[in-house]
Amino acid sequence: MSKKIRLVDENGIRTDGRKPDELRPIKLEVGILNNADGSAYIEQGKNKILAAVYGPREVHPRHLALPDRALLRCRYHMAPFSVQERKSPAPSRREVELSKVIREALEPAIFLERFPRTSIDLFIEVLQADGGTRAAGVTVASLALADAGMPMRDLVAACAAGKADGYIVLDLNDIEDKEGEADVPVAYMPSLNAVGLLQMDGQLTPEEFEQAFNLAIEGCKRIYELQKQALKAKYLAIKEAVEEAVE
Amino acid sequence: MTSTTISRIRQNQIAQLIASNKRLDGRGLTDYRPIQIETGIIEKAEGSARVRLGKTEVMVGIKIDIGEPYSDRPNEGVLTTSAEFVPLASPEFEAGPPGEDSVELARVVDRGIRESKAIDLEKLCVIPGKKVFIVFIDIYVLNHDGNLIDASALAALAALTNTKIFKYEIKDGEVEIKPGFEELPLVNFPVAVTLAEIDGKLIVDPWLDEEEVMNARLTISFDKDGRICAMQKGGSGTLSPQQIIEAVKIAKEKSEELRSLVVKKS
Repeated sequence: MSKKIRLVDENGIRTDGRKPDELRPIKLEVGILNNADGSAYIEQGKNKILAAVYGPREVHPRHLALPDRALLRCRYHMAPFSVQERKSPAPSRREVELSKVIREALEPAIFLERFPRTSIDLFIEVLQADGGTRAAGVTVASLALADAGMPMRDLVAACAAGKADGYIVLDLNDIEDKEGEADVPVAYMPSLNAVGLLQMDGQLTPEEFEQAFNLAIEGCKRIYELQKQALKAKYLAIKEAVEEAVE
Repeated sequence: MTSTTISRIRQNQIAQLIASNKRLDGRGLTDYRPIQIETGIIEKAEGSARVRLGKTEVMVGIKIDIGEPYSDRPNEGVLTTSAEFVPLASPEFEAGPPGEDSVELARVVDRGIRESKAIDLEKLCVIPGKKVFIVFIDIYVLNHDGNLIDASALAALAALTNTKIFKYEIKDGEVEIKPGFEELPLVNFPVAVTLAEIDGKLIVDPWLDEEEVMNARLTISFDKDGRICAMQKGGSGTLSPQQIIEAVKIAKEKSEELRSLVVKKS
């Protein structure tokens, strides 16, 4: 493999102008789809992702129902137009795996035992992908669950860290994800100090991994604060609307 | 994926024993079950191996074919990994298209091999941009007694070590197969180590009953130089950051032990 694009320049600045430990700009909105019981939208860099929750509701097919808790189902899906070359809308093996790990990141956050014999169906649609969609997917899905009024132990914040041009960097963008040396996505519940999603690909020494992992946790904590703001913003907007109506 | 196929009494027994650093089958917390590896067991496959990890049994067959490269990697061979949960391996397995567990298994094994650059894919280019070798790694689970990931990764590595590629010549832009074989350019030796978390304790190589009880598992793949090349957390529980760092340390040690079973120290 010949030397390609430079991911971090001599001043330690990345292709999109960020410092190694900087997140991309993040915009979060809660409660944006009418039919869903809960919904949220995230923009993180050029990522644009929607999440919607339906449930708790009756399980179909019925034999999947669990006697002691709700069944959480999760579908992570990429729109055909979300990437450079059109992606077939049929679920790929990557999407099957990501749906599983995202579900496993969110399951421990929800009090599923409160809703036996029901299903909670979570849909994540990636409208535009720019690297780090599984992490952004977890972040936005967690907000959609909270928006649906789901009783939760904590919000789940997710963020990736990795290695690009020898630097440990936070929140990899598309080029860093593809051309960088390693990618470590992490989902984390700050008040429980619990990691629900952890994957890695690339090559890292155990020491580098520890650095990247700690940086990802740091990123999760920052995203967590943004999540809380976004949830509050929805209710502040409602409050203002009500106050205006009363006046 | 906790199912209710083992009784609460047994679940409690497993958890209580682990709390006092013991296991139901008499192993220490970081011990693997006995491992047996056989290679070259399927003559029609270009490479093959069977791994027995306790009662877990996995076969891997490797087939080589000639096909087209990916458009973004015109000078590299293609690697594809699939896993089949054959219904004869467990009462829980059903015939049909691959479920999410088998997709995950194949992708985690694939990630270890791909990210460690175990196969020198550039050497598998036949006609740049047109023809390359395709390496099919097919994981066949024959008996499921837990920790399919480690058994499969080990079987895949063992199978790759005895994989032969047929010789060929190019005549008028067409590939013709000649008699004789060459060795697959295998340059790295990744192995996967899986730990399970049960009641705050980490154990290596969970067997089926322990998988039923575990909160979460973490698989870490190491290459021959002790670098991490793949990771996967599974299960619907969580791990603390401290446990993850601890797991990396344990897994690194165990990975060397596993690799020495397949690759003799040079």
